[in-house]
Amino acid sequence: MISDESVAAAVDAALTAIAAAEDSTALKAARGAHVGEASVLSRLNATLRDVAKDQKAAAGKLMGQARARVAQALAERESEIVAHEEEVRLEAEFVDVTALPTRARAGARHPLSLLQERIADIFVGMGWEVAEGPELESEWFNFDALNFAPDHPARAMQDTFFIDPVESHLLLRTHTSPVQVRSLLSRELPVYVIAPGRVYRTDELDATHTPVFMQVEGIAIDKGLTMAHLRGTLEHFARAMFGEGAKIRLRPNYFPFTEPSAEMDVWQPNAKGGARWVEWGGCGMVNPNVLLSAGIDPEEYQGFAFGMGIERTLQFRNDLNDMRDMVEGDIRFSQQFGMVV
Amino acid sequence: MRIPLGWLAEFVDVAPGSTIDDVHAALVKVGLEEEGSHGFDLTGPIVVGEVLEFVEEPQSNGKTIRWCSVRVAPEGQTAADGGEDVRGIVCGAHNFVVGDKVVVTLPGAVLPGDFAIAARKTYGHVSDGMIASSRELGLGDEHDGILRLATLGLDPVVGTDALSLLGLDDQAVEVNVTPDRGYAFSIRGIAREYAHATGAAFRDPALESPSVEASGFPVVIDDDAPIRGRVGATVFVTRLVRGVDPTRPTPPWMATRLNLAGIRSISLIVDVTNYVMLELGQPTHGYDFDKLSGGIRVRRAKPGETLVTLDDQTRSLDPEDLVIADESGPIGLAGVMGGASTEIDSSSRTVLVEAANFDPVSIARTARRHKLPSEASRRFERGVDPEVASAAAARVVQLLVDLGGGTADELGSSYSKHDAPAPVELPDGYISGLIGVDFTPEEIRTSLAEIGGRIVEVEGGLLVTPPTWRPDITHKSALAEEVARIVGYDRIPSVLPVAPPGRGLTREQLLRRQVSQTLASSGLVEVMAYPFLSQAASQLFGSRTGEPVTAMRVANPLDAEAPLLRTTLIPGLLDIARRNLSRGLLDLALFETGLVFLPEPGVEYGQAELPPGGARPSDDVLARLDAGLPPQPRHVAFVLTGNAWEKQPALEARAVGLADALDSVRQLGLALGVDIRAVQGSHAALHPGRTASLTVGDVVVGVAGELLPRIAEEAHLPRVVAVAEIDLDALIALSPREIAVRPIFGFPAATQDLSLVVPRATPAGDVSAAVSRGAGALLEDIRLVDDYRGSGVGDDQKSLTFALRFRATDRTLTAKEASDAKLAGLAVAAAEFGATLRD
Repeated sequence: MISDESVAAAVDAALTAIAAAEDSTALKAARGAHVGEASVLSRLNATLRDVAKDQKAAAGKLMGQARARVAQALAERESEIVAHEEEVRLEAEFVDVTALPTRARAGARHPLSLLQERIADIFVGMGWEVAEGPELESEWFNFDALNFAPDHPARAMQDTFFIDPVESHLLLRTHTSPVQVRSLLSRELPVYVIAPGRVYRTDELDATHTPVFMQVEGIAIDKGLTMAHLRGTLEHFARAMFGEGAKIRLRPNYFPFTEPSAEMDVWQPNAKGGARWVEWGGCGMVNPNVLLSAGIDPEEYQGFAFGMGIERTLQFRNDLNDMRDMVEGDIRFSQQFGMVV
Repeated sequence: MRIPLGWLAEFVDVAPGSTIDDVHAALVKVGLEEEGSHGFDLTGPIVVGEVLEFVEEPQSNGKTIRWCSVRVAPEGQTAADGGEDVRGIVCGAHNFVVGDKVVVTLPGAVLPGDFAIAARKTYGHVSDGMIASSRELGLGDEHDGILRLATLGLDPVVGTDALSLLGLDDQAVEVNVTPDRGYAFSIRGIAREYAHATGAAFRDPALESPSVEASGFPVVIDDDAPIRGRVGATVFVTRLVRGVDPTRPTPPWMATRLNLAGIRSISLIVDVTNYVMLELGQPTHGYDFDKLSGGIRVRRAKPGETLVTLDDQTRSLDPEDLVIADESGPIGLAGVMGGASTEIDSSSRTVLVEAANFDPVSIARTARRHKLPSEASRRFERGVDPEVASAAAARVVQLLVDLGGGTADELGSSYSKHDAPAPVELPDGYISGLIGVDFTPEEIRTSLAEIGGRIVEVEGGLLVTPPTWRPDITHKSALAEEVARIVGYDRIPSVLPVAPPGRGLTREQLLRRQVSQTLASSGLVEVMAYPFLSQAASQLFGSRTGEPVTAMRVANPLDAEAPLLRTTLIPGLLDIARRNLSRGLLDLALFETGLVFLPEPGVEYGQAELPPGGARPSDDVLARLDAGLPPQPRHVAFVLTGNAWEKQPALEARAVGLADALDSVRQLGLALGVDIRAVQGSHAALHPGRTASLTVGDVVVGVAGELLPRIAEEAHLPRVVAVAEIDLDALIALSPREIAVRPIFGFPAATQDLSLVVPRATPAGDVSAAVSRGAGALLEDIRLVDDYRGSGVGDDQKSLTFALRFRATDRTLTAKEASDAKLAGLAVAAAEFGATLRD
């Protein structure tokens, strides 16, 4: 029988039960008990059709308000419980981020490869191109074409690995200069190329020598190139490698493939332990005989060449003491660099 | 080349107070690089003493010592250390008598090896200093007792500073002489260079010895086989000295200079010839004249001839060897080493001095052929000033007269037929145009004159005749170098040239970088192995079938055990893996990219005859040079062993295997846009059931697998080592130049599973491919999700479950359309492999 009292009692009972519900299960039970089909409110609501016509509006309003109150309480409680339960669950899902498993291995590039790529990029940025060639070479490209006369002591100084039988005139290239000759033979003039790559000398492995090492050489042949352009190129390169304060010092030296020839030192402004001069490599103006070997008229074209060891560059750039660390393949060495040199 | 400073100062003004470093700094400016410095490493007070008396005292250890009284300063004067003029000194040697002058190291002196002298108690006396031996002074190996100054022909005043008396206060710089500067293998040449560097006055020692035109001794130059048209000997000067006493001591100033220069003092005559060689750069030789038979003939050796050289080795001569011969046959290997039959000994009295000039190429070849690099051959190979021979012979004669008591004889010879240096044209503006410095005409002329060039002005430039000691100057570029270095390389400005627009890295270069970056990003560590392999290592992974490997061989390997060039990267990687394992690094994933050398069996590589340098060979000749090289493709390889990850909280360790190698292969494929497929394969070094052949389309690009456990064990590696090797060049060639892009459609997908039963031996990949073909265009993706063997499936069968995803490009698919497509796939698998639908 719908009456203020009976409805109020049902509403009170429902609100009490809803408020008492601690979790979604209890709330579901309270919902079933107080708004389900068998609930007091539902049953009261069902009696509306028996109410006299003149009282129907008032009774309907009373029931509507009552049911709305309960529904609202249910919704509020439900969102409280959901929020609480989510909070509890998140708390339970706490992990120690310092103890999560790692499944990715730490790979690494070899710093010599990275440095070689860095050097190539500096020159590519100047418009130069990167040339390559075979490591097992003909003696002609390694020596004869580069103005090493047969029987000249300069050949013996190169500590060459020869291929058996020696009459085949094959060797492991002692420098990347054969690539320069190949470039001059195959490319249109003017030529501005660098040639990075592996080279071989019969030096026993120790802290400062390795029989297999990497070199980068550059050659530029054009009209009107001078030794000033050589210094300018080297200085630009040095600044890109060692910082703005880097500069180049040239000292007279001898190489068969250049005349004049120079030994170059680089001023390393940010060296550990203070700025210093460091021996970096050799360079000079390309010997006319080298141009003739490639069929280029030295009266029309001239240019410069330079070369340096990448191991040595890495050694003083990164203050490394022992060359052996670079060649032994201990993964801890490369992993210090990761993907960055 | 080592240069004692006292010797240098004889021919050029060395500024007083110049240190070793100052001299080095000057020499490096003109191109003589610093190699080191040398000294006797001792400091005073070290003085001349006189033995006044001694008592012999036998000791309990069986030795007898002498308790000596030694005068170390003139009577009544204070000694160099501030002490008494007569000292008590204990001496263990017995080779001296009372009255002998000796060298006394007084307290405060320091000998080589940081050996400090102090008054110390020994054998019951206080020894107030030490009587020194030659060896203790760093003078030589002589250790038979103390140094008696009388044996050096010296009788100095007691108390004299022994360091300056013996030349022990001198020091030497050592510089690297480049092969173009033969003349700098002499004090004369270095002094000239020092003068260039500092502007100091140079006094040419070659002009100081009196020039004598001796004659009468028969010398014939008879070269019937000049090498490349160059006669073996162009100068041959001989001089005779009679009555020399070869047993006389070498004076200490000469012995110490030789010592500082790195040459051992041997005997007076040998020392004199070496001294003159160092001073003037001209190798000289002394013959015992009484052992010669007749005159001298310089000729090529005859087939079958032999020669016993000064080192007592019997040498079989090559017809290309240039020899000095008399009527008895060869008596010396010209410019390399003298012969034993005419060697000077202690009874020699008459010395024939030879100063000759030999062809560099002939000497280089002979020295190399007989493995006899000598001080003489080193100089001849680089070129000796042909004009200095006469002065050198005269200097030897003078020293033998002065020091050996000999008499110069008029007999000798003065053969000289060397070419005059050819003048070099130097057009105006050339040097500035090459160096990039606006040198003044004055600077150019002065510099060229300073190095000894003779200059004539001609139309449009200069004509420069280089000095006889500079055979390297044959082109105007060499003149440019001389001017640049004499003026100083510091004058060269810095100008950055502008290269024409470049094309950047090539596609291959970019893709190779991408490969290395990708592999490193996916957890592999890049390494670089040496390419030298032993026979066993080469064979280990060399061929798929196990057939013997054909490899290029190094003729002069560093390690005789590893002469072969790699045909595969795997052995090198395994070596590096083993090194890491030995250092306790057990979980390894390594990769390398590098060249391998793949000669074809039966092919002879190389060229017996090379074209000359300095001229472009024809295209044919160049093509033949290239055809003479074996293929050298770039490979990429990985080696994985240990765990992919270690045990961690809530995660068990996972050991690596073939799957990890194939993962890396897939990463590699992704980096290049190439779909690399793995199919069952075989390799002699790999597990027969765990080997994949790697293919792109129909092309086999490589292999992956786990090492045979036996091989892993023999190589001291863990049981499971997964490896893969791919021809990177071939793979890059297969990388698509253009990607064919399909449009992406947004209609809903329909997913279905397909479980089917096939014979066990059927590769899942083949079944998957069959289903794909049958399912047709609607199939967007197929993935193997299960491989079941066991109850409900026959013993020789397996059940494979695939997850299929279908999608149409123009509509939403119905379930029936998807099912029909699936069954069409099944039908093909059924037809090809007898696949049945699993209930």
